[in-house]
Amino acid sequence: MISLAGRDILHSWSRFVLTGVGLGLLIGVTLTMAGVYRGMVDDARALLNNSGADIWVVQQDTQGPYAESSSIHDDVYRTLRALPGVSRAASVTYLTMQVRRGDTDVRAMVVGFEPGQPGEPGYLVAGRQITRSHYEAVADVKTGFRLGDTLRIRRHDYRVVGLTRRMVSSGGDPMVFIPLKDAQEAQFLKDNDAILGERARTAANPALNRPGVPGLLEALQASQTANRSVNAVLVQVAPGGEPERVAREIRRWKHLQAYTRPQMEEILVSKLIATSARQIGMFLVILAIVSAAIVAFIIYTMTLGKIREIAVLKLIGTRNRTIAGMILQQALGLGLIGFMVGKTAATVWAPFFPKYVLLEPGDAARGLLVVMVICALASTLAIRVALRVDPATAMGA
Amino acid sequence: MKPAGLLARKAGLGLLAVLLVVGFGWVVARSGPLSPIRVTTLRVEAGTLSPAIFGIGTVEARRSYLIGPTAAGRVRAVHADVGERVKAGQLLAEIDPVDLDERLRASEAAYTRAASAVTAAEAARKDALARRQLAELNARRYRDLGGRSFVSASAVEGKQQELDSAAAALEASEANLQGARQELVRLRADRDGQLQQRRNLRLVAPRDGLVISRDAEPGSTVVAGQSVLRMVEPESLWIRARLDQGRSRGLAVGQTAEIVLRSHASTPLPGKVARIEPVSDSVTEERIAMVSFDRIPDGLGVGEMTEVTLDAGSAQPGLLLPNAAIKSMPRGTGVWKLTAGKPQLAPVRLGSMSLDGAALVVAGLTEGDEVVVHSERELAEGVPVEVVSHLVGDTR
Repeated sequence: MISLAGRDILHSWSRFVLTGVGLGLLIGVTLTMAGVYRGMVDDARALLNNSGADIWVVQQDTQGPYAESSSIHDDVYRTLRALPGVSRAASVTYLTMQVRRGDTDVRAMVVGFEPGQPGEPGYLVAGRQITRSHYEAVADVKTGFRLGDTLRIRRHDYRVVGLTRRMVSSGGDPMVFIPLKDAQEAQFLKDNDAILGERARTAANPALNRPGVPGLLEALQASQTANRSVNAVLVQVAPGGEPERVAREIRRWKHLQAYTRPQMEEILVSKLIATSARQIGMFLVILAIVSAAIVAFIIYTMTLGKIREIAVLKLIGTRNRTIAGMILQQALGLGLIGFMVGKTAATVWAPFFPKYVLLEPGDAARGLLVVMVICALASTLAIRVALRVDPATAMGA
Repeated sequence: MKPAGLLARKAGLGLLAVLLVVGFGWVVARSGPLSPIRVTTLRVEAGTLSPAIFGIGTVEARRSYLIGPTAAGRVRAVHADVGERVKAGQLLAEIDPVDLDERLRASEAAYTRAASAVTAAEAARKDALARRQLAELNARRYRDLGGRSFVSASAVEGKQQELDSAAAALEASEANLQGARQELVRLRADRDGQLQQRRNLRLVAPRDGLVISRDAEPGSTVVAGQSVLRMVEPESLWIRARLDQGRSRGLAVGQTAEIVLRSHASTPLPGKVARIEPVSDSVTEERIAMVSFDRIPDGLGVGEMTEVTLDAGSAQPGLLLPNAAIKSMPRGTGVWKLTAGKPQLAPVRLGSMSLDGAALVVAGLTEGDEVVVHSERELAEGVPVEVVSHLVGDTR
């Protein structure tokens, strides 16, 4: 027995293939949109993974360091390290800023970290980790920097000694890692004009610039420019320890806010990126509905276009089941081709997106299922029309 | 329909199907959970490592001087300006003496008067001496006469009393003279003291040096200890280097240093560790070492920022590991070792590190072990990996 569907496809194969490709591109867009949504959530998770922390310790009553600004003293980590159950603790700073790269600038999140401590980039794709305590940087490849490049943050030049990958802020900005002391300076140091202005203002204050107290003004001015703050302390709990218990201890006795990994994820995913994620999610839903409708219409019109042939088939006495089978097979085939083209296309163009697009296999599987179901449903519509067709139509009546 | 056309169509469709399936297969294999993580690896090799310490510092003067008055006063004149080279003893500034000159004149006059008083006292003493001599002669004569009973005893006693009185008067005049002399000494000391004070208002350079700041102008009032000028000895410029405590292992006096001035970033200058401060900064967690130049460069400015790289000891032989391969864990350090093509986390103990990112392996690895250096994702035990030569662009 010959395959009626196969014969029909062979008959008008260019139309069939082009329809499949078109459908595929549409599915590709939908999958990509899902990937964009997943990518946003994954960016937030990547941020947490990369910090390598079990507990984030931030200023009391803030939801820092990512969702809100937080400022704590940089010696806090010492008291935390002395707590039972804490294995490692290190200060970090986060600052999203424009990093100068030659004549242009790149938007990046500058991370100040202590080498060898939590907060360090966990893996590199090229180069080495930072060895000097100043003026070296590890950059995410997305920043466009290459090994040996010089980047400028505030008034200092940093040499890129290592490259890493998938180190992004919750907003998807690539990270640049620099030593903590430099980062503190970059974050809190004012520009030279502001410093000069501040000095002049202090000097003009008669209470602070007293002729009878030499050295007072200098001491004040020195203390104004020094800043010993960081944004957060990353804490790693000793193996086998319970993060929530340690976090409770920190909240209760150290008068600081401490978030465990699930709490931080909650803050990031359901608070920080919630609106933009919902925005994308809404768009994804609409796109999925539109895609489904288009798939249904394509299959329906394809069947309608063959109405004369179907009438002929009926005229020569073909059974309804055979005709229905032909339409269903064609629809499912179209769906399969579309899905494969779509998945391939999405995978091919995903890396070119400026922000991360995460194509999850689970999403793909769900996509395949939905495409097949829609194709099947759409073909039932077409089958109904085909079965009702009057064989006389074949005569051109 | 012609059979040939049908065949061509079949072939074309088949080709398309194959293309699609291959493309899809590639997609499934390259992304998602089935794809291997691309890594670069390295075989652990023996080598030598030169430990070095890096820090930043500022140019400071080993000897700097704050030139100011010892008592409050108004600046009368400042004779030196910033950037001037001055010699030891050179007058740099003067403080207004106010009434000191007048008081000096007064004590000068008092001194002269005291000198006259000494002369007067000397004359009085001479007079008393003369009187005593006369009284002595008289007394002797009356004693003779009294002995021969020419004069009454009362007359003799009267003359004896005159002699005693004259002797007493001489003593008094001598004491007077002594007092006048003492007074002279006192007044001279007084005057000298005021002269010293007057001289103290002249601020002179204690050493040859360079004026680095002029803090007060004529007419302004300064208190004791406040500076009018500051100077440094340019020959004593050195660097106060701050070195991270955690990476300062092996720091010692006499180690050679490479100094990079911010103004001459491309030309490193040679130097030496001259002193290690016994007290390190506990707030910034840095050790402080003073680094001297082998030759102080021309035009070096105090306060300039520098980068200092210290050569911390001789090259150490051993197994070397790039620090990109090192994984910090709560339980210490480890590396991803490839055994039978699968990564396994192996704990390692590390020794010194060099500034170019090599670490000395103390324990945990043997020569020839293959370890993962770079990876495109976080690795896990036993995940499939694909070894490539490099992951991005050129790996300098």
